[in-house]
Amino acid sequence: MNGVPPAVQARGLTKRFGEFIAVDALDLEIAKGEVVGFIGPNGAGKSTTIRMLCGLLRPSAGTAIVAGYDIVREPETVRAHIGYMSQKFSLYGDLTVAENLRFFGGLYRVPRAELKERMAFAVTMAGLTGREDALVRTLAGGWKQRLALGCAILHRPPVLFLDEPTSGVEPEARRRFWDLIHSLAADGVTILVSTHYMDEAEYCNRIALIAAGHLIAIGSPGELKRRDLGGALVELESPQPGAALAALHGAPGVVEAAIFGDRLHVLLAPGTDAAALAPLLAAHGLTATPPKPIIPSLEDVFVRLVSRKPAPEAA
Amino acid sequence: MNLRRLLAIAYKETLQIWRDPRSLAIALLMPLMQMGLLGYGVSLDIKRVPLCVYDQENSQLSRGVVNRFTSSDWFREVAVLQTDRDLRAAMDHGTCLGALVIPVNFSRTLYMTGQDSLQVVFDATDSNTTNIATGYAQGIVAQLDADLAANWRGAHGETARSIGTVDLSSRVWFNEGLDSRNFIVPGVVAIILSLVGSQLTSLTVAREWERGTMEQLISTPVTGLELMFGKLTPYFVIGLLDAVFCLGAAAFWFHVPFRGSLFTLVLTTALFALVVLGIGYLLSVRIHNQLGASQIALMLTMLPTTMLSGYTFPLDQMPEAVRVISWFVPARYYVTILRSVFLKGSSLLDMAVPVIALLVYAAVIIRAAARAFRKSLD
Repeated sequence: MNGVPPAVQARGLTKRFGEFIAVDALDLEIAKGEVVGFIGPNGAGKSTTIRMLCGLLRPSAGTAIVAGYDIVREPETVRAHIGYMSQKFSLYGDLTVAENLRFFGGLYRVPRAELKERMAFAVTMAGLTGREDALVRTLAGGWKQRLALGCAILHRPPVLFLDEPTSGVEPEARRRFWDLIHSLAADGVTILVSTHYMDEAEYCNRIALIAAGHLIAIGSPGELKRRDLGGALVELESPQPGAALAALHGAPGVVEAAIFGDRLHVLLAPGTDAAALAPLLAAHGLTATPPKPIIPSLEDVFVRLVSRKPAPEAA
Repeated sequence: MNLRRLLAIAYKETLQIWRDPRSLAIALLMPLMQMGLLGYGVSLDIKRVPLCVYDQENSQLSRGVVNRFTSSDWFREVAVLQTDRDLRAAMDHGTCLGALVIPVNFSRTLYMTGQDSLQVVFDATDSNTTNIATGYAQGIVAQLDADLAANWRGAHGETARSIGTVDLSSRVWFNEGLDSRNFIVPGVVAIILSLVGSQLTSLTVAREWERGTMEQLISTPVTGLELMFGKLTPYFVIGLLDAVFCLGAAAFWFHVPFRGSLFTLVLTTALFALVVLGIGYLLSVRIHNQLGASQIALMLTMLPTTMLSGYTFPLDQMPEAVRVISWFVPARYYVTILRSVFLKGSSLLDMAVPVIALLVYAAVIIRAAARAFRKSLD
């Protein structure tokens, strides 16, 4: 990429906990200034991967270069060049906003001359102006998350790892959080952010889909959606979605069926007529709205890609 | 090791102690309570044992005997009994711990046969107290015997000197009044340091694991040594302040004679503080759970300090096996040092063995604590 070394480059990154393989030979490359979304269900290995990249967990095999340093051989140097927000809120509730910032500023040895200015920036960014002396445990979720981000970027790290930073935060605060992520990326910060909100994935430059420890696809939201699903995707509504899903699974011409909210998404084999679905359901005594073709969402892609993967062995 | 990071941690820790009522209580109130309880409450001396007097004769001689008992520091008269039944009742009700019974023909028997026949009855449900009180009573009676014999000889024209009785005069050094408070109060410092030092520090790392703040902390470039010394610094200061308070109270409030050098005392106290802080920290690092760490810290420091340091229970009266175990109790050395500095005014050189033992302990434990911390979630 124009000769600029990637900000994150993982090679065969693997983590085993006993018999369980949490992350299996993961290869990942993130260019400088990219925002990469890490998407996958709970337990897919997102947190484990991020923790390995931060040097918090030692890989069982493979390694990664983060901000130019090897996570296995130089974990301390890596730590000085990254910012990390853990999944669980982990600032000190019994310290004030300013005390938390000053503490992390001290740990990262932010030059004293700059500390005041950077703390002020973090406070403004978090929208906590005037509440510098409030104990952190008294803040609402959205403010806590933004303050945690502020603490993680005090030392201006070139690479940021955010592990489900918006989980449990109300939609308005989530949107503000993503604005912050994009303004950081505009300044050249590389960001790997995990989430299980599919809508947030759309905000990323690229998305890495992970399931059962495997990276199953990576690309921009547009690329992933344009991927050939191998047939037409139709949507229909049924008053009995569970029974309808059971009826559609394995029916001739149906490649894949899944429930999305109160709707069913059905992927048809090439050449199958969508009109054939109504009689199929009627044969089971089920009713449904007429199927209409839709453009696949990321979630459709995700469901399709996960199901294409051979079933992982039970953990 | 970077001083800035160390200070950042020390400052943060100080704020957290300041805002945590539980930690503050342990740091500030515990020394006050312990000093009061142990300074006033614990005394191994048995003084003023309540004594009932059952003087059946009521002669000049018998009243003299009663007087010898009740005018001593060891016994005080609580009741005068008239009948055997009274005696029984007084003992049953616990009115007195002992009763002095002088038979009705005490004087006559004594003059006719040369044998006196006093009886002292003790309630032996507390056998230790009884043993000691029996000793006191025997002392008084022996003195009585000697005085009577001298009188008798005097009356018969012999002088005591001509028979050449031995005059045994014992002198007690260092704790002239044989006051057990002088013995105990300096040792209280060891108890308080063990309690404050290991209890507070046992929580400090475990709390970070429990609250999830450790994950953020270890994602920064902080090193294990910075974390340890940063976290221990405020507790070290608190421990020394508590020790200064207790030592001051011992010297100025309880008037325990202080004959040694302040420097020696502070130096050895700092060494012992390092040992207990190190134990607390080590446990906190190993056990990611506040309750577990503090319970084990209590068992590893407070219990041996109370039981096996010689603080209350003299080590040289313990079975060989227990004494061997006590060699592994750091408080044992510190208690020895405290007493020597206070009562004997010993120098560092005089106490080379316990001082070196403490040094070795401090070095070993701090080293182990430093190595125990893993900057990893594995």
